[in-house]
Amino acid sequence: MRVDVRKTYKLFIGGQFPRSESGRSYELFDAKGIFLANPALASRKDLRDAVVAARAASEKWASASAFNRSQILYRVAEVMEGRRDQFVTEVMAQEGVTKAQATKQVDAAIDLWVWYAGWCDKISTIFGSTNPVSGSFYNFTTPEPVGVVAAFIDGSTSLIDFVHGVAPILAGGNVVIAIANEEYPLSAITLAEVIATSDVPGGVVNVLTGRTEELAPWVASHMDIDGVDGSGLEPSAYEALKRDGADNLKRIYRFKAEGSPQRIIGFMENKTVWHPIGI
Amino acid sequence: MKFEYAPAPESTAIVNIQSEYNLFIDGKFVPSKGGKRFETINPANEKVLSRVTQATASDVDKAVKAASEAYRKTWSKLTGAQRGKYLFRIARILQERAREFAVLESMDNGKPIRETRDTDIPLAAAHFFYHAGWADKLDYAGLGKNPKPHGVVGQIIPWNFPMLMLAWKVAPALATGNTVVLKPAETTPLTALLFAEVCQQADLPKGVVNILTGDGATGAAIVNHPGINKIAFTGSTEVGKIIAKSVASSKKALTLELGGKGANIIFEDAPIDETVEGIINGIYFNQGHVCCAGSRLLVQENIKEELLEKLKRRMSMIRVGDPLDKNTDLGAINSQAQLMKIRELSESGDAEGAERWSPQCELPEKGFWFPPTFFTGVSQAHRIAREEIFGPVLSVISFRTPSEAIEKANNTPFGLSAGIWTDKGSRILWSAQQLKAGVIWANTFNKFDPASPFGGYKESGWGREGGRHGLSAYLKGDFS
Repeated sequence: MRVDVRKTYKLFIGGQFPRSESGRSYELFDAKGIFLANPALASRKDLRDAVVAARAASEKWASASAFNRSQILYRVAEVMEGRRDQFVTEVMAQEGVTKAQATKQVDAAIDLWVWYAGWCDKISTIFGSTNPVSGSFYNFTTPEPVGVVAAFIDGSTSLIDFVHGVAPILAGGNVVIAIANEEYPLSAITLAEVIATSDVPGGVVNVLTGRTEELAPWVASHMDIDGVDGSGLEPSAYEALKRDGADNLKRIYRFKAEGSPQRIIGFMENKTVWHPIGI
Repeated sequence: MKFEYAPAPESTAIVNIQSEYNLFIDGKFVPSKGGKRFETINPANEKVLSRVTQATASDVDKAVKAASEAYRKTWSKLTGAQRGKYLFRIARILQERAREFAVLESMDNGKPIRETRDTDIPLAAAHFFYHAGWADKLDYAGLGKNPKPHGVVGQIIPWNFPMLMLAWKVAPALATGNTVVLKPAETTPLTALLFAEVCQQADLPKGVVNILTGDGATGAAIVNHPGINKIAFTGSTEVGKIIAKSVASSKKALTLELGGKGANIIFEDAPIDETVEGIINGIYFNQGHVCCAGSRLLVQENIKEELLEKLKRRMSMIRVGDPLDKNTDLGAINSQAQLMKIRELSESGDAEGAERWSPQCELPEKGFWFPPTFFTGVSQAHRIAREEIFGPVLSVISFRTPSEAIEKANNTPFGLSAGIWTDKGSRILWSAQQLKAGVIWANTFNKFDPASPFGGYKESGWGREGGRHGLSAYLKGDFS
């Protein structure tokens, strides 16, 4: 019998896979109570490191052409497709679902990357405008990324929710710190490995695993985070996030389960430019 | 050479200010339950104009109930086309009574009649006209088919553009099918009360618009009332954050238009005479009581001396004085409290080592006045470079390279507006891309239009007002 080689599930920060600086991890069991892994238990310092990495990557990602971002998101789907079996196995282990159900979810998750990839270079067309102002001025409005966005991943699924949490933020030109759902860190970290090998620049996506409740207050009070998707938080934690996040007026939302371009433009700011017309 | 102007005062005969005002609730002016009255004065001469009512929590409750009932029973039952017609009516009445509004606004606010007559009131009417046309086209607002309004909207507006801010708030709220409880600023309630009369003339169904005068306590009662579904606030960043925290544990939607510290960037190839006009318009328009004012002048080092000489000459021609004089450029500071704030911040500029300059100008004895002023020798760390002064005070900072200009312009927690002055098209677009601000004026400044979204990045607020983007803030999106 071959003794299999098991994976250490680490964090994903600035394109690297470090353990938590705190040295902590937590035990993860499958639906039947069998040990699965010891994912990292991220600390406040890990979050701060992730914000530094994200901020450093922000300007380049925001100024990449929408077509370029679109191709990179599509590339994630391509690479994911090649590792379909691994995702299916992990979805089954974490959720205790059948292979057929897991396969359906993985396929849907891959297709979701394709859907969001296609949005990158449509957002400005659909959600921007030229504005017919009175007087001799040319006036237009374009949506632009807010910058660094943290996403608390919802836990209704182990994989699809993670894609909904990460892909739209990237599509809008933002960089993301995803806080994986506590129950489903495996899909999140495996997807991070896919992202690391899909031409997504280091720091554009950062993934933390651990206790949502522990990290939420530090996300709320961090002054260099511009927006938060609070979809994965309990109502009381979400309210606290909104309250504390008001100190730098973070853009804070939670979204319905289905995909919507609102997830993209929620973290975009509309910029309006005026210029006189004349000879 | 000195030009003499004969006084050219606008007549006040057109306005009929009552000695006291009640609250406008459910289509009628009604007395408060236990609310005291407070004076509203003309800041140009400190004379009492009228006594208005301090709305209490129980008045707020009554107004919210009226708005809620109007929402359920009448306003939400109308078609978009029907709602739109009421807005068209209001727009027309505002145009018909424009001069009356302009004079009243000038008296209560202290701003020059030239501005209320040519900017505030025409734009307010235009906002109603623009949004009237949206009311039956909401399927095209970008939120999918048949988007839904929030219900009852609480709106709290500032004193710098009282009637215009009312229009920015009320017009999109009504067009999208919401009903309104609005609180005008404590020091400028009169045009909002006159607007209540306009609602009556337009036969707007009762309870659709309710107007409560009062101070911050009334505002807090509106913000915290459980019957309100959305809050729209324009004012200071400090109060905006308090409101954001107050509604955090509720389902209330919130939009905020807050402070700014706009950079007006002058590149070496800027057309200098037009630029000087733009600087003047950027900071001395409306006594500098403008959240999007170009209050930081970032000028390329090699043209700084020439520009400042021209600016000084132009500033010497600014006419400060009676707001009702048609030749007045700079009117009265809105209140004693605001004057103290402007003085305090300016004194901090002196104390921190910046150099103050103002033209010679005689200020009236009565009323609240501050001359047009700029500071040179300003460092990025000075309070006058970081804090919003909200007065006619400009901080001049120089830069050498375009990247340095952008770096300095973005070095603020605010992100409302910015100006770019250059003859080079590619530099305009590059700068506009780099600047973290919601409104960029290139080779112009302080232009506003109902079709043009307005609002800030970062700590300058949440959401936009105007255009399709502003409209959508009054409709429910895919946010849970």
